[in-house]
Amino acid sequence: MSLWSILVTPFADYAFMRTALVACMALAVASGPLGALLLLRRMGLVGNVLSHAVMPGAAIGFALAGSALAVLSIGGLLTGIAVVLLMILGTRFGEQREDASLAAFYFASIGVGVLVVALRGTNVDLMHVLLGTVLAIDVPALVLIVAIASVVVAVLALVFRPIALQSFDPAFLRTTGGSDSAYRAIFLVLVVLDLVAGFQALGTLLAGVPLLLPAAAARCWVRRIGPLVGLSIGFGMAAGYAGLLASYHLNVPSGPAIACAAAIIYAASTLVPASRVLMTAFKSTKPV
Amino acid sequence: MRDLTVGYRERVAVEGVSGVFAAGSLTAIVGANGAGKTTLLHAISGLVTPHRGSIEIAGAEIPADLAYLPQSDSIDRDFPISVLEFTALGGWARIGVLGRVPPELRLRAMSALQAVGLDDLAGRMLGELSVGQFRRALFARVIVQDAAIVLLDEPFAGVDAITSDDLLNLMQCWHADGRTVMVALHDLEQVLAIFPETLLLARKTIAWGATATVLTPEKLREAGLATSPAAGSRSRLAMDPGGKRST
Repeated sequence: MSLWSILVTPFADYAFMRTALVACMALAVASGPLGALLLLRRMGLVGNVLSHAVMPGAAIGFALAGSALAVLSIGGLLTGIAVVLLMILGTRFGEQREDASLAAFYFASIGVGVLVVALRGTNVDLMHVLLGTVLAIDVPALVLIVAIASVVVAVLALVFRPIALQSFDPAFLRTTGGSDSAYRAIFLVLVVLDLVAGFQALGTLLAGVPLLLPAAAARCWVRRIGPLVGLSIGFGMAAGYAGLLASYHLNVPSGPAIACAAAIIYAASTLVPASRVLMTAFKSTKPV
Repeated sequence: MRDLTVGYRERVAVEGVSGVFAAGSLTAIVGANGAGKTTLLHAISGLVTPHRGSIEIAGAEIPADLAYLPQSDSIDRDFPISVLEFTALGGWARIGVLGRVPPELRLRAMSALQAVGLDDLAGRMLGELSVGQFRRALFARVIVQDAAIVLLDEPFAGVDAITSDDLLNLMQCWHADGRTVMVALHDLEQVLAIFPETLLLARKTIAWGATATVLTPEKLREAGLATSPAAGSRSRLAMDPGGKRST
């Protein structure tokens, strides 16, 4: 088997593989900058919780309209935004620590979502909601994913500066006329939108993968925000491509294969800082 | 400020503060821990909304004309931004969200870093600076802001004597330029030596006016800063209306 047949033929021969690949690329482009900002803001857990917050709405949409894509997406978007609002209100007025509220949202979202799908659907439906069906993405679904990713990238480009500033010095943003809570809300809504796009392909369990793992891997290599965003996108694309290939050649589910590819990239990347420490230690012990 | 009452949720931190910071004045805001110094600065800078009362700023366009230097712990220094970029953020209020970054902003930021002695470290990441160097970077950002009103919250906390003296000189230059400067701080020696005006706080105004008339033993005791006649050098300094450093 030639390298060409391993790396290119699956995409050249099958339209569903090409569609899945384009979907993964679009997700990587939108998720890279959002994921980098999420991690810089120490909000990795928030990203994970929001990926599950999409589930109850998608599940209710499924119960009402079967697997109609638009209904699932609107449902997921609504519950995701509801959780964002509750998080913001909880931070401002609540007495609970944020991590306790996030844990509650996390488990409540999974519980409600699984319950609704289990009541109205089959185990196969439940697996589709949980793990997605990236290889079954049709043209309307692809258009929706690409459209959402485009909106996310366009809006983020407009508000990237204040969102980055708000990440590390919210007081400065506020004293110079910016609205700290408005930019936080915009950022979280963009994350929810990205997750709604992601859940079409990877399901609610894994929708956070393109958002968090490529950015976490990129942080091992670079520190400046520009390269961090670029490398996050690159790693997201690589994970999508490698995961789809693994799924095709090894006949394994595509969503988990993409997640494993992203995890391998992350695991390999964690060796970079460790190797730097070892090199520094080695150099410092060398006789002058 | 008129009958200014500020707090966080139900807890009142400062109550019924009324008075005027004259344009071009240099005022120390002094009080024990928890007296409400930071809260008052937060209210003036718009970070918290007063429970009651009002703040009126004459002759200044908020936010462009107000610079607030916070305590260091309110900034995440691990964020990947260079010292030069951080300093250039001082031009933020004038550039805005979508505005073009003017080429001269970089020059202004470099010149501000030169003024605080950090020009050699312009390319370093913010997280690589020491506490004193970070304080200098914060001052450089205030220079770039070029605001008519400058609020400084504990600007000399945790820095060495050389850094403290350099930053004090800078602050005095701002005062000489005609800016209105308000500084929350603890060191009564510095207050007596440098600040013409003092606001003494203990969740309310204990005294406000010329420093020598504010920092009297009775008023310091009332503010919880000197509990007994043997409370140490701070009381002795406070009784010396000349306000010169005695140590």
